[in-house]
Amino acid sequence: MSIEVRNLSKRFGSFSALRDVSLEVRPGELLALLGPSGSGKTTLLRVIAGLETADTGQVLFHGEDATNQHVRERQVGFVFQHYALFRNMSILENVAFGLRVRPKKFRPSDEEIRRRVHELLKLVQLDWLADRYPHQLSGGQRQRIALARALAVEPNVLLLDEPFGALDARVRKELRAWLRRLHDDMHITSVFVTHDQEEALEVADRVVVMNEGRIEQIGTPDEVYERPASPFVYEFLGKVNLFHGRLHRGRAWVGGIEIDAPEHPEAEELPAVAYVRPHDIEIERIPAVSGLNGDGDSGTSLVAQVSHVLAIGPVVRLELIRNGDKDKEHQELIEVEISKERFRELNLARGDEVLIKPSRFDLFPRQIH
Amino acid sequence: MSAIAISSPGRNRNARATTESAWIRRSLISIALAFLTLFLFVPLISVFYEALKKGLDVYVAAATEPEAVSAIKLTLTAAAIAVPLNVIFGLAAAWAIAKFEFRGKSVLTTLIDLPFSVSPVVAGLIYVLMFGLQGWLGPWLAENDIKIIFAVPGIVLATIFVTVPFIARELIPLMQAQGTEEEEAAVILGASGWQTFFRVTLPNVKWGVLYGTILCNARAMGEFGAVSVVSGHIRGSTNTLPLHVEILYNEYNFAAAFAVASLLALLALVTLGLKMLVETRAKQQEENVGEH
Repeated sequence: MSIEVRNLSKRFGSFSALRDVSLEVRPGELLALLGPSGSGKTTLLRVIAGLETADTGQVLFHGEDATNQHVRERQVGFVFQHYALFRNMSILENVAFGLRVRPKKFRPSDEEIRRRVHELLKLVQLDWLADRYPHQLSGGQRQRIALARALAVEPNVLLLDEPFGALDARVRKELRAWLRRLHDDMHITSVFVTHDQEEALEVADRVVVMNEGRIEQIGTPDEVYERPASPFVYEFLGKVNLFHGRLHRGRAWVGGIEIDAPEHPEAEELPAVAYVRPHDIEIERIPAVSGLNGDGDSGTSLVAQVSHVLAIGPVVRLELIRNGDKDKEHQELIEVEISKERFRELNLARGDEVLIKPSRFDLFPRQIH
Repeated sequence: MSAIAISSPGRNRNARATTESAWIRRSLISIALAFLTLFLFVPLISVFYEALKKGLDVYVAAATEPEAVSAIKLTLTAAAIAVPLNVIFGLAAAWAIAKFEFRGKSVLTTLIDLPFSVSPVVAGLIYVLMFGLQGWLGPWLAENDIKIIFAVPGIVLATIFVTVPFIARELIPLMQAQGTEEEEAAVILGASGWQTFFRVTLPNVKWGVLYGTILCNARAMGEFGAVSVVSGHIRGSTNTLPLHVEILYNEYNFAAAFAVASLLALLALVTLGLKMLVETRAKQQEENVGEH
């Protein structure tokens, strides 16, 4: 079942949690709402669930307006960050709750309920915990039970609010992969909220990046990582180097390099920032015979000094300081990632001077706040 | 359980770092014990001693004479009406305050505490001013032959007034600590308001309700000031146990006064016992529930 939200806005006092948010979740898709805290992602999820009402805008399920539908009638499954299991009930009764509270006409028999609960507990691989109480379970187990409980009512859509946020790193990774597999089996339209970019990129079919109540970008994990639509997305997703400079009529001068900027032909002497991922920077030894002095940049590459080498694993991380940027107060570190092979080939050590050349970057006129 | 075992060494270390030397501890404990003995145990024992001084026959006679029986009945009636009403009110008020945001919430919270801050005598006088012959509603009540002041309804009203805070005060912090996530989960799963309340909210606070009820009951049965103002002290009709004790005492009928007083004291002891039981059970439950 598809979910659509149109022009949602929501304020809490003077704080704008959502500003004119529109979004479509495709049937059977696993969508991540990604953003820092306060970006409005949880509010958006709660509005979709019906736990909050938006000030303006619409929520549609399967093309039908559900804006004024009560939570109870929306038939959504919801998983809370802190599980929200019923502490006074056994695991079996927790999962059975949604079936037990149905009006008599629609309530399955006691036997049928038990059968379905055990089926769900098998699905989350915790069948053996049926008679325990929530407090006797680990965090990861509780969250899986919470998921089974949400699925028990056969919801049309599944909404998860930071489902792994309260778990430790190892369990989180396990559950992440497990949720992905579960979704591949069940194909229920799902939306999950997270502030962990790795989680969003790894699990979701599509990622919605949110900031200050707005959607910054919607795209596949690959799209949002490789082609961020805004400086915010660039900085939020992964490591990035910033080079400040200026834009003028389709050309840009950043950090001493002159580059083409055909997407900004009309710019007139605009301040601009180039964003470059650490793995999009090439490093070369300074050729023995060249017209370069120690401080000069060639126009396509920069001279920098290696200030730190971190050579653990297959990728070597280098920190460099630009030459001519010796003013210790303001010098910006440039982070570069190269393969171990390349690192050996170059035979780099701390203090070496090298040429660096951004091979791919995105240019944004600087936001004037 | 394992969590407790792991954390205990740390706790001990902390304790050692912050405890006073042995002699300070011992003298503090003995001061507390001496105080308790002098002001609580001795009077309590003396009540029973005085009550039984003239023999068991006198004691039984004092406790079973018609006026005493009527006082016992009235006390039980007042408590039987006031306590359930306050359980309902306390639950409703605590639920509203802890789980919802609304205008005037702080006013309601303050109002609930009013009976604690107002002298019981004033509470009694309020009802006399409202329902007494010279009061606002007095003439209308007299016309329709409804008696509230100097009658059982007045006593029940006064009792309700002084016991209002007990259950609400007990539940508000508990419910606030538990938050609203479980209720939200229940509603999303399709539960109605009542189902959510009876299956999720109430079971989560049941020990608090019981504890508040016990305290409320003890106060309801022991209330003197407010009830004294509205009762009129009509023997065999509007006399509660505490009032009956006072009358007997004023008549220099010490044996009977102490005999009836010992009934109240017994009631207090039973209440304390129950309270301890509930507290230990609730604590066990809490430990089981762990980090919730």
